[in-house]
Amino acid sequence: MTNHWIDIRNSDCILIMGSNAAENHPISMKWVGKAMDKGATLISVDPRFTRTSSKADIYAPLRSGTDIAFLGGMMNYILSNNKFHKEYAANYTNASFIVGSEFDFKDGLFAGYDPKKKKYDKSKWAFEKDGNGVPKRDLTLKDPRCVFQLMKKHYSRYTPKTVSSITGTPEKDLKKVWEPYAKTGAADKTGTIMYAMGWTQHTVGVQNIRMMAMIQLLLGNMGRPGGGVNALRGESNVQGSTDHCLLFHILPGYLKTPRASNDSLAAYNKKWTPKTSDPLSANWWGNTPKYSVSFLKSMFGEAATQENNFGYSWLPKIDDGKTYSWLDIFDEMYQGKFKGFFAWGQNPACSGANSNKTRQAMAKLDWMVNVNIFDNETASFWKGPGMKPDEIKTEVFFLPCYTSVEKEGSITNSGRWMQWRYAASKPPRGCKSDGDIMVELFEKVRELYETDGKFPEPIKNMRWDYVKDGKFDAHAIAKLVNGYFEKDATVKGKSFKKGTLVPSFAYLLDDGSTSSGNWLYCNSYTEKGNMAARREKKDPTGMGLYPEWSWCWPVNRRIIYNRASVDLNGKPWSANKNILEYKDGKWVGDVPDGGWPPMSNKEKTKRPFIMKPDGVASVFGPGRADGPLPEHYEPLECPVPKNLMSSQRMNPVAPVYGTEADAHLSCDPRFPFVGTTYRVTEHWQTGILTRWQPWLLETQPQLFVEMSNELAKLKGINNGDMCKVSSARGKVEAVAMVTGRFKPMTVQGLTVHQVGLPWCFGWIYPKDGGDSANLLTPSTGDPNTRIPETKAFMVNVEKLGKRRA
Amino acid sequence: MAGKFFFIDTTRCTACRGCQIACKQYKKHSASKTKQYGSYQNPLDLDGNTFRLVRFSEHPSKENSMVWYFFTEACRHCLKPPCKKKVDQIKKDAIIVNEFGAVLYTEKMKGLEKSSKAIKQACPWSIPNWSKEEKQMVKCNMCYDRVEAGLPTACAKACPTGALNFGDEADMKKLAQERLAAVKKKFGGRGEILDLEDVRALYLIIDEQAKYRPVA
Ligand code: SF4
Ligand code: SF4
Repeated sequence: MTNHWIDIRNSDCILIMGSNAAENHPISMKWVGKAMDKGATLISVDPRFTRTSSKADIYAPLRSGTDIAFLGGMMNYILSNNKFHKEYAANYTNASFIVGSEFDFKDGLFAGYDPKKKKYDKSKWAFEKDGNGVPKRDLTLKDPRCVFQLMKKHYSRYTPKTVSSITGTPEKDLKKVWEPYAKTGAADKTGTIMYAMGWTQHTVGVQNIRMMAMIQLLLGNMGRPGGGVNALRGESNVQGSTDHCLLFHILPGYLKTPRASNDSLAAYNKKWTPKTSDPLSANWWGNTPKYSVSFLKSMFGEAATQENNFGYSWLPKIDDGKTYSWLDIFDEMYQGKFKGFFAWGQNPACSGANSNKTRQAMAKLDWMVNVNIFDNETASFWKGPGMKPDEIKTEVFFLPCYTSVEKEGSITNSGRWMQWRYAASKPPRGCKSDGDIMVELFEKVRELYETDGKFPEPIKNMRWDYVKDGKFDAHAIAKLVNGYFEKDATVKGKSFKKGTLVPSFAYLLDDGSTSSGNWLYCNSYTEKGNMAARREKKDPTGMGLYPEWSWCWPVNRRIIYNRASVDLNGKPWSANKNILEYKDGKWVGDVPDGGWPPMSNKEKTKRPFIMKPDGVASVFGPGRADGPLPEHYEPLECPVPKNLMSSQRMNPVAPVYGTEADAHLSCDPRFPFVGTTYRVTEHWQTGILTRWQPWLLETQPQLFVEMSNELAKLKGINNGDMCKVSSARGKVEAVAMVTGRFKPMTVQGLTVHQVGLPWCFGWIYPKDGGDSANLLTPSTGDPNTRIPETKAFMVNVEKLGKRRA
Repeated sequence: MAGKFFFIDTTRCTACRGCQIACKQYKKHSASKTKQYGSYQNPLDLDGNTFRLVRFSEHPSKENSMVWYFFTEACRHCLKPPCKKKVDQIKKDAIIVNEFGAVLYTEKMKGLEKSSKAIKQACPWSIPNWSKEEKQMVKCNMCYDRVEAGLPTACAKACPTGALNFGDEADMKKLAQERLAAVKKKFGGRGEILDLEDVRALYLIIDEQAKYRPVA
């Protein structure tokens, strides 16, 4: 979230799309309700009428996988009806930038496409620069090559008629959503978006979100209370694990993972430190070397010296151009290229797309360790449906661990709040905390490396000063994440003794004087104490920032890009939306995005989007794998033979895997219905924690498939009948839930039916509960993030004829 | 202690079922083996272990094509409880009304198995059920032990949306009237509070009662 949960209450219009917040983030509805009490409009856009839709003022259906068409139409509506916030768009975004003459867009492809490599040459999308290397601008937004005009042209193709024919949303329903949302372009209004996996899990996942971010920017909703782009995270600590480098392409704090070609620290810093020639751009990522060196000091401590480039050569490198995501890992595992696998706190046999492939892949391992609370479909995959235990060589180790409430530590919520928790209850005997398991594991590995092992330096030199009496110490690691002065140093006129905690990332240095495990969290655990453990209920702005309740990255800024919440003179765009104001030469309110004076002070100011090299937000995004402007493409599997927007049926750069387990069939009469997956309130992810909980199981005991009355009639299915749902990759048995909450849609003149299933069940328990809906989903995904496309695929539904006893 | 009331604003309820589960947790009730029968609602009805149940009812509608109503049902704690009237004829004061108005089924209810159907029928909403474990009719007891200790009921405590509220009579009635006014404004004059003069569980609804729960 750029904003935070409580801030939803400050919104005038809440769009919940790509999310079923009432179902999956029940507490969020408290804040939605508070906004509605003050007159806010709630809009729910979803293929199915959901628990969220039941509370909405406006509901519109759409076919899964067509969000860009829906939002592209909204963009067209905003631009052609002049609903955007002109001053904001011109000054705070790159709408005014002039795009280079090589940029082009023709029939679904942007300039620079290489069909052999299925890749773009992004240099074709560069901006035109002036003599000083600063992008050329036209603040009137009239130049035909400026981003604004290119966008206008691009989205003029998304007419209500075309959009409706793609999405299946009736034209009148499109307008019902577009009009009220576009009204938040007024200076005294803000609108917010709450989205989740319904947007990310597509071959166009990143562009779904970009499309909305662009709308938010043009309406002037970013950085403002009640606005922002708000990802509702699927687990309580997804934000934290992402910040601390859950993903292969980043190190903690979103530093880049070194590539093989970054063969020295200098080369790494050169490659990944963005540059700007614009004196008005703060270009905060220009500090990358300070953060990367401080990170290395946190990894290797005293052993990291100026002479050995702070141990840079000990960091693992990834091959240039190669991806190492979940989909790639299981693809290689399936091909027998992995020996061992730690499935730590997870259940890939049910959670990953294309579960049959995942389960088969695990059978090709020599060993697997599953760290979990209960037995699950991963730990016991070898005795699962269709497996022959005596033919499987994989040796499985199950390590029982503590639950999250049995140990001390922090979680970082969707709103970027790092919240410290104490251990609430005692764990059962025989279990260990994740930290202790890691400590034991590492110490054993290190012992082995002492005597033997290739390239022992990274292991032997690992900083290891957060183990107390042989136990993992959460406070010690939190302090190292914040960072220390590693020697006496004077920074910004202040002197610090060696061993002092660094007060904030502004004090980090690139000469080895400081360490910080994650620069974004520098300021979270300082000499003033553990900021995340704070529980003060003061709210000085009255806007629900609660600055002394826990701590929030970066530097306790509750709404990021908040200098865009004020006009060029530092006054809030409207008085009712005041979280920050420039008064008597200083900023009052939230922690500002940099302390520079507002834009009207042309000598001393910096532009508000300080993390962007140009200091403004990118409505034109030249960094994405699939183009600088979102474009509608059909999912890998879809019900129509062609894409109405162009002759590129699917995202031309999306990854498609080629093993026999990766079958996919689009527009095939054997799989005529659109399928999607989702969660239910009563179960947590794959249900591994909740299926064993009798009260929860009582409320949601068995896999179901929701379908419209019309489809049920067509297939002779009655409510409660057992059905078989199948795709090109697998099948599940599910109880039919026949409902008016799904309705057939008209897409390109054809009647399209959609069904949906939750993915919280598995064969291990309960025995009559059904198996994972991910047996149906395909291994393809977004080209930027490689998140799998589990929200839109094709299935068939048949009555099994017997009702489950 | 002042008389206690529930105020249930169905327009706010998202059917998270926090209340339904919180009741089971606080009461340490066991779960039944259920099956999916084509609805989110489960168990099918209140039973010896289910004192609070969220009912799910969907109907076609002109606006937004559908409505999906949620109704968190439990004992209404009537001001003049018909179940008590009935039971008093069989065993005097087996049912008592405590100082803050909770209608309580005492130990004396044990062994009235033969009258269980009649007791259930006496309740306008068929709330009480026979508990095999306790060998008596059972239902919500307003978490009277919690309330005596100054705590809200377990179900109200769990509700995240402000749909299920519990407190002093005056506060709940005030909240109910405020919400009724707001809801009427929003829904074009629709909105009513059910059985305002008769019960301690005030429900605010915006459509016919039969669209929320089965009515006899
Ligand atoms: S008041 Fe107590 S007993 Fe009654 S429904 Fe609520 S939690 Fe259950
Ligand atoms: S806890 Fe509240 S919102 Fe959830 S089902 Fe019960 S009354 Fe509704």
